[in-house]
Amino acid sequence: MKRVRIETILAYLILTLGAATMVLPFLWMVSTSLKSLSEVFVFPPTFFGERIVWQNYLRISERYPFGQFFLNSIKISAVVVFFQVFTSSMAGFAFARLKFPGRESLFALYLATLMVPFHVTLVPTFVLMRFFGWIDTHYSLILPSLVTAFGTFLMRQFFLTIPVELEEAARIDGCTPFGIYARIFLPLSKPALATLAIFTFMGTWNDYIRPLVFINSISKMTVPLGLASMQGSYSTDWPVLMAGTVISLAPVLIAFLLAQEFFVQGITLTGLKG
Amino acid sequence: MRWERLKYSDKFWAAILLAPNFIGFLVFILFPMIASFFLSFTEWDLLTDIKWIGFGNYQELASDETFWKVLWNTLYYTLGTVPPGIILSLILAVALNQPIRGVKTYRALYFLPVISSSVAVAVVWQWLYNPEFGLLNYILSLFGIEGPLWLTSTTWAMPAVIITSIWKNLGFNMLLFLAGLQGIPDTYYEAAEIDGANGFAKFRYITLPLLSPTTFFVVVMSIISSFQAFDLVHVMTQGGPARSTSVLVHYLYQNAFQYFRMGYASAIAYVLFFLVFIVTMIQLKRHDTWVVY
Repeated sequence: MKRVRIETILAYLILTLGAATMVLPFLWMVSTSLKSLSEVFVFPPTFFGERIVWQNYLRISERYPFGQFFLNSIKISAVVVFFQVFTSSMAGFAFARLKFPGRESLFALYLATLMVPFHVTLVPTFVLMRFFGWIDTHYSLILPSLVTAFGTFLMRQFFLTIPVELEEAARIDGCTPFGIYARIFLPLSKPALATLAIFTFMGTWNDYIRPLVFINSISKMTVPLGLASMQGSYSTDWPVLMAGTVISLAPVLIAFLLAQEFFVQGITLTGLKG
Repeated sequence: MRWERLKYSDKFWAAILLAPNFIGFLVFILFPMIASFFLSFTEWDLLTDIKWIGFGNYQELASDETFWKVLWNTLYYTLGTVPPGIILSLILAVALNQPIRGVKTYRALYFLPVISSSVAVAVVWQWLYNPEFGLLNYILSLFGIEGPLWLTSTTWAMPAVIITSIWKNLGFNMLLFLAGLQGIPDTYYEAAEIDGANGFAKFRYITLPLLSPTTFFVVVMSIISSFQAFDLVHVMTQGGPARSTSVLVHYLYQNAFQYFRMGYASAIAYVLFFLVFIVTMIQLKRHDTWVVY
């Protein structure tokens, strides 16, 4: 009995130490964002400044349109998530449940591209976007992300687990293949669809390299790119920089804390299956 | 009447349902991958005509000292992030799998860095690493250690980026391990206890072997993603100082979008693909020998 308790105490100790390491940078970020510039440069550092300087938050919005960054990020993520769920579930259904010539070889081609790192496509996609005149527009961030082999694969794998009897019964009752997809498979796959949606949202919202390559004007930047460009011009004004970081993180962190189960399940499922 | 027959046809609906996906796949996935391969045999600055130079880019890579440095840095980054990241996340997962309270709270806290954007993480850690006023060197000074210059030191910049990367991904790997641990039936542990196994023996002879599929998966995924590191490096150090943190994708980015050498960048992209391909092949081949049950 006694040994079990030592293990439990050890577990608490390790977890608390680790959790403190996880949280401390965030607390330090908030603390710095509320200090005056002079108080940031004192030694030893203090956790709370003498007074709370909310003005840091006002000063960022003077020069950096964070509201606009958020609107851009929300717009891009919403469109990408919607279409990816849409295209992935339709194609996933076709691959999992419809019989057509060349199905296996086409799916093998999709699978093969999963091995190729995304960065391999970066240069040709840039050339393509330049050709269409979409550099520095949101088209360049939205269009190349509407379809992924990963999403298609994920939905196919999920649809394969739905019992074939359901489909057969529907077919006997005169349901068309599209009806089976829309009225039976889609309603049954809410967890998988939510998983894909969360995963896609996280990837699109936090994406850095694509906006960096495709977007130049400040008014079209996404939240991460806006923050990175702010870092360039406020390189030593840490309170303002931290205020910007807090603003950039707050919505996602709040959404996460409110819907933790959703996020965690989504990410582990995709992680394990991918 | 044709519609009556058509609407029950699998082939017809397969074509309709696949079409939007397949067009996107063709234009934005398959075409760029193939185009990249051909571009890697050319010289092109986007302005003048494309010039076919055969294996010229690959020959240049072979004698490009910067490229070898960048390749070495990528390896350094991989060796620095993967083994410690795996060990730490495994320890945390085992701890979280004990009968304790507040599992959800712990899990949430460990997950905060995972869902944060890497840009935000990079900016915060830049401040933590500030040699004079940063929190990290202050904490080290409490233990009588004089902290290094971190991001401005050629020796310490890479370890600094590595630490940040481990910190960011710990929660994700922990969660994958936790899912694996929860898949091990309690009966094995109970049987081992009856046979008198202690805590370490249970870990060594039950947990580790039964967890091996998860471990294998996490190792492979971590290696592949560390080959593709970019965000943290680009925001924290821009590859510096003196290229000490420049990794493959960073060099690819510079060649394509700063030096406008599209062909050379494509050749680097294919080297990256080749590395990822090798790891994937090892995964497919070695799965049976690594996974021990």
